[in-house]
Amino acid sequence: MNVAVCVKQIPDPANPGKLDPATRTLVREGKLIMDDSDSYGVEMALQLVDKAGGGEVTLVSMAPNDEVSGLRNGLAMGAHKGVLVSDPALLGTDALGTAKVLAAAIRRNEFDLVLCATESTDGYTGTFPVQLAELLGLPSITFAKRVDIAGATVKVERQTEAGYDEVEAPLPAVVTVTAGVVEPRYPSFKGIMAAKSKPVDVLKVSDLGLDAGAVGQGGSRQEIVSVEAAEARSAGEIVEDEGDAHERIVAFLEQLKVI
Amino acid sequence: MALSTIWVVAEAAEGKALPVTLELLTKARELAGTVEAVAWGTDTAAVAPTLGAHGAAKVHDLGDLGGSLPGVPVAAAIAGAVAGGGGPDAILVPHTYDGRDIAGRLSAKLDKPVLTNATDLRIDGDTLVVGSAIFGGSTLLDTVFTGSGPAIVCVKPKSFAPAEGGAGAGEITALAVPGSGATDTSKITSRHVEERSGPKLDEADVVVSGGRGLGEAGNYQLIEELAKLLKGAPGASRAIVDAGWVPYAYQVGQTGKTVKPAIYLAAGISGATQHLVGMKGAKTIIAVNKDKEAPIFSVADLGIVGDVHKVLPKLIEALKARG
Repeated sequence: MNVAVCVKQIPDPANPGKLDPATRTLVREGKLIMDDSDSYGVEMALQLVDKAGGGEVTLVSMAPNDEVSGLRNGLAMGAHKGVLVSDPALLGTDALGTAKVLAAAIRRNEFDLVLCATESTDGYTGTFPVQLAELLGLPSITFAKRVDIAGATVKVERQTEAGYDEVEAPLPAVVTVTAGVVEPRYPSFKGIMAAKSKPVDVLKVSDLGLDAGAVGQGGSRQEIVSVEAAEARSAGEIVEDEGDAHERIVAFLEQLKVI
Repeated sequence: MALSTIWVVAEAAEGKALPVTLELLTKARELAGTVEAVAWGTDTAAVAPTLGAHGAAKVHDLGDLGGSLPGVPVAAAIAGAVAGGGGPDAILVPHTYDGRDIAGRLSAKLDKPVLTNATDLRIDGDTLVVGSAIFGGSTLLDTVFTGSGPAIVCVKPKSFAPAEGGAGAGEITALAVPGSGATDTSKITSRHVEERSGPKLDEADVVVSGGRGLGEAGNYQLIEELAKLLKGAPGASRAIVDAGWVPYAYQVGQTGKTVKPAIYLAAGISGATQHLVGMKGAKTIIAVNKDKEAPIFSVADLGIVGDVHKVLPKLIEALKARG
């Protein structure tokens, strides 16, 4: 069983995000890491390939500047190889453009399953996986909290507002996994060393037969016309508990006429 | 692009329109002269009068989807209408599980961009301006579409207040669902409803949420008890949902529910931006956390630096004593 996992390389989310004042695109400087949300898909893929008794996990990613450090995180977990589409023309590409690029990259090989996170941590648009599925002509099941393969069918417990649905689709299919679907493994030292020599195929937009106009800021057909800081909520009173803090809460609730 | 007609993807559950559907219809009335809804399932006749009362002149009914996840067939129906020349200038979609599937599929089918996480919509001249918040709500963006329509926008629940008025007829007309081949093969085989009592999380006036600071899953009962005493709904941070302490449906935050209650009480929640974006619209925030540097205190009206294991039981006793 061969599984492709779409991964995003992002700046460390512990640092506050920034927009480039000129291009109004996300600033991606410093070392990039694999989005934590993607570690669940990588782990799921490794487990499914293991259960199937063989196959490969391929990480598929896109970046403007040859960044591979985030891909190495997933390779260190055990993924077999990576495909990186890297091209300065990709700067400012939106979700649909990203789907076009990664669909073209994924089509170069045959996969039984494509896994993605439900949304990225930095941009959180959350539409890319389904756009990708549509471009690949595949069924999709989003918000999986459990994934099993039974023959040529993927069976998923899909999160809903009220609980969950059991949903199935024939393979190949695109599935998005929620955080918590599996416990991602920590890369071992051996894994980290091995990741350095695992193959990463680096492609340009032109290698994919895509028109450069379909990607990048121009291809996004949207423009940010204003950026401003949200009105900050001011902090109120902070009290150290001396054993009677519950009384403060009761008094506060009384004042608000909740009780 | 000027807007004369807006379609609202009218999600419903258990025979009732979702609140976000009514919020979007209400806003759409302000933005365009003609507002229509797109509905599916077996309850459209029951839902249509409410959709009409909130402004839908027509309800395009797709009928029963035969167990398909809605993403592909609903997008195919709308794309079919657009291709036939009878489509709208903009399509507003709830930012929900199914809504994002529909918007993503539709975007790829029409080869049009989709803007998500919208919290504001307005017309400037004859241009639709889409407001959204990024970086955990600390930065506000206005974005416009620069190409031809239709515009596709996913709007977060609770962005607008629903109101009846400008009553539309809510007239039901059938809209064909073109076949979608292999893409429309994701089928729901069974549904599971996780029962919960009390008010719904996203509709409650009081929300009491717990986080990792509770220490262990068993302590979540303190949150449930407190929520019950305050006639509110229990919620949770992503950390304890990921850890499997409570179901996903309890999650407040970017990947969970957006809540705007009168009172939000956060216990043992540090306040990651992921969480703050889902609750900082609350009118009043009370936080209990033992780390005085926790970011939750930067938004709290009353912050208690203390141990939830000590403060919550005493608070519960005090509320019980009041009867």
